[in-house]
Order: sequence, then structure tokens, then C-alpha cells
Amino acid sequence: MTEKVIIKNLHKSFGELQVLRGIDLTVNEGEVVCIIGPSGGGKSTFLRCMNRLEEATDGQIIVDGTEITSPKLDINKIRENIGMVFQSFNLFAHLTVIKNIMLAPVDLKKMSKDEAEKRALELLARVGLEDKAHAYPHQLSGGQQQRVAIARALAMNPDIMLFDEPTSALDPEMVGEVLNVMKELAEGGMTMVVVTHEMGFARDVADRVVLMADGSIVEMGTPEEIFNNPKEDRTKEFLARVLEAK
Amino acid sequence: MDFGRVLSEATPLLIQGLGITVVISLISIAIGMVIGFVSCMCSLSKSRVLRAIAGVYIWIIRGTPMIVQAFIIYFGLPQVIQQLISPNFRMDAFTAGVITLSLNGGAYISEIFRAAISAVPKGQVEAARSLGLSSMRTTMKIVLPQAFKIAIPSLVNQFIITVKDTSILSVIGLADVVNKAKVYVGSSYQFFATYILVAVCYLAFISVLMLISKYVEKKFNYDRKGNN
Repeated sequence: MTEKVIIKNLHKSFGELQVLRGIDLTVNEGEVVCIIGPSGGGKSTFLRCMNRLEEATDGQIIVDGTEITSPKLDINKIRENIGMVFQSFNLFAHLTVIKNIMLAPVDLKKMSKDEAEKRALELLARVGLEDKAHAYPHQLSGGQQQRVAIARALAMNPDIMLFDEPTSALDPEMVGEVLNVMKELAEGGMTMVVVTHEMGFARDVADRVVLMADGSIVEMGTPEEIFNNPKEDRTKEFLARVLEAK
Repeated sequence: MDFGRVLSEATPLLIQGLGITVVISLISIAIGMVIGFVSCMCSLSKSRVLRAIAGVYIWIIRGTPMIVQAFIIYFGLPQVIQQLISPNFRMDAFTAGVITLSLNGGAYISEIFRAAISAVPKGQVEAARSLGLSSMRTTMKIVLPQAFKIAIPSLVNQFIITVKDTSILSVIGLADVVNKAKVYVGSSYQFFATYILVAVCYLAFISVLMLISKYVEKKFNYDRKGNN
């Protein structure tokens, strides 16, 4: 199996505050890795380091053999291959749905306008929203917005997708429609790193589950290992709390 | 008080003056927008020198009355240029007025743009950057269009202030509507009717501006669009 992302000894501090304290993780091609853990444990920061929305303080991140932490690198080129989906959707508010999806491929000259439009409509069909192509983001429900955001990220044909708590801002009845799209994506062989509080999704879809707390990886393993036979007390404690709440 | 007489005698004069008021306002607003945009880009730039230049400019304009700025530009500046460069240099009141109003408006517009740009949610920038757009392209395609929409109400307010500020320039001899009225009341003593008429002139011009701005605001109102 090819190694898609290799993270070595990653540290991140905001001033005095140490958020990541030496993370090591390798993500293989086609693998779905779900990162779970208590809030404030550094999950999102870790994910955001992978496309350098946050600059690492120390350590290495290698994507497809390229060390992306080096300052000389043109990070924009790397980002074209890493799609990201945010908790708050972040659709471009002044553009219609289809223009949201077409913007990057056209602006970065990956596709002609016609190609990009065709591709955008295909992607919208894939997420079940072809009838919303000419709506503005504010006219869509949260679940619909997030599905458009996934389509937008896919428009650049990335081979890695990062999800930062994609369902945390959604009303409960809309969580399913977004998770289904993500599940299909995983089944299609996409390499995915997903920060999530959806334990059901992690259990069903993930190849590997990583539990992060206090800026470190506490435990990692198959969903089976993590959910049924957790070894660390910290993991047991966390799972007890989230599963009890359900 | 004789409105009929004032109406027939002063109207042609006041229309002339209003013409000057309208032209100088529009020119100054246009130049002020350019200065404001450039100054805003400087104040947000990474270069400390550019930031300092914009900062000093805004500090001086906001910290001094416009009438003093107009005196410096109309009376003071030509004196300096005559001594240093060309003894025959002259500046008419219109040119001095345009310079004063543009510099003045530019400083406030710069701050309006800056506030609008920082009001664009950070997530919009992150989404664009995560797709591979450079910082420059993100600014052009995402930040500025959204910032412009946010800025419209404050910009309109500033345009109205600029229109009204033209009246101050009558003191340096700009032949605007106030100046024309001053000349007319000097011989007719019809203060009340004349200045009511002047007020109507401003009200009419500013009302037209407000109508146009309503239209522009509607056109840019993407977060209401299609909701009928």
C-alpha cells in the first residue's frame, strides 16, 4: 500500500499554549482515518496542519512524497490535491452553488468554463442537488450546504479529502444525508481523514480510528479494537462518556 | 419674503452653482474611491512602510478640519510651488476643491474598506485557500466582492458627506450653489427664500444619490437574492 500522508513528530503551539505535542501518523492510499476525542484535544488543529491552514511549529508532514512544511514550497499546488470540508461549510456567500463549485477549477486553469460547468453538474448530481445549481448558499439548508461544500472540494479532483467536523453544525435530521455522501466517497476509494464526533460513522466507515486528547494520540487501531477493546484508560473514559450520552 | 421673485431671479444662478456642486462632488467621490482603495491596500499590506504611509495620511486628514486643509491646498501649496518650481504657478478654486475633497474622502473611504474587509468571515478565505487559490486571487475573487457589499451603506453615507462638504469650499471661492446664493442675497437681501432654495438643491441631488445607491445595494444583495 502506498503511503499518502506521513506525519512525523508534529508540534504546534499558539504562543505559550502547546496544542500538538508530537504526533506521528501515516495515512495510506484509499484509507479512511477517523480522528475522535474530546474537544480541545487538538484534532482540528492537527487536520488543519495537513494542508497548512495552520503552520506547524515543528515536525514533518509529507504528502505524496513532498515535504509540505518546507517554506520554499508552493503550498497552493499541494492544496489543489487536498480537498477540505469545514464545520461551518464556508460556501462563498456571493456566488451561486454552481459558481462555488466552478470557481477553483476555472480560476486555477484546470478546466475550461464549459468543462467545469459539466463537472459541477455531475458532482451536484452525485450529492443529490442538481436542482440547486443556481441557488445561493443562504437558500439551502445546512445539510445541503455541506453537500455542496463536498462537491466544491471534489471539483479539483483531489486525491485526499480532509473533513473538519463536517456534521457538528447540522441539525440532527440532516447529519445522515452528509454522512451518506461521505460514505459513498469512502467506498469509491478516496483517501480521507475525518475529524468527527459521529461514533457510528467512525465505527462503520473508518479503516482506522485515532483517539486524540491533550495534543497527543492516545490510541489508534481498527474500529473494532478502539470501540470494543480499548486498551487505554483515557479511551475507555472518553467512549463511556460519548456513548452514554447517546 | 418673496419666493416668486427669488425663484425667477435666483434659479438660473443657483442651477449654475448646483452644476458645479454636482460635478465637483462626482469627480471627488471617484478620485476619493481610488485613493481610499489604494490607501486601504497599503494599510493592510505586509510592508511596514506602506502601512505607515497610510496611517499618517489618515491620521492627518481625520485630525484636521477640512477648511484648514482647503486653505493649505488653495493658498499655501501654490506659494510653495511658486518658490520651489515655477513662479507662474496658479491653482484655481475648482482644482483645489477637488484635491481637498478627494484627499478628505479617501481617508474615510480607506477606513470603510478596511472595516468591510475585516468583516468578511475568515472561513471564506480559508475555503478559497484550501482549494489552492493564492492569497491574491482569494482577495480578488472572494474578499473584495463581499467586502464591497458590506461597505455600500457606509460608502453612501460618505458620499453624502462629500456632497455636503463641497459647500465649505465656497470660502475659497468655488462657484458652487452656496457661493452663488451668497452673491444673490448680497444684492437682494432675500435670505430666507434663497437659502431654502439652496437647501432644496442639495436635497434633490442627495435624494438622487440615495436612489442610485438603493439600486446598487439591491444588485449586490446576494444574501437576499432569489427569495421571492
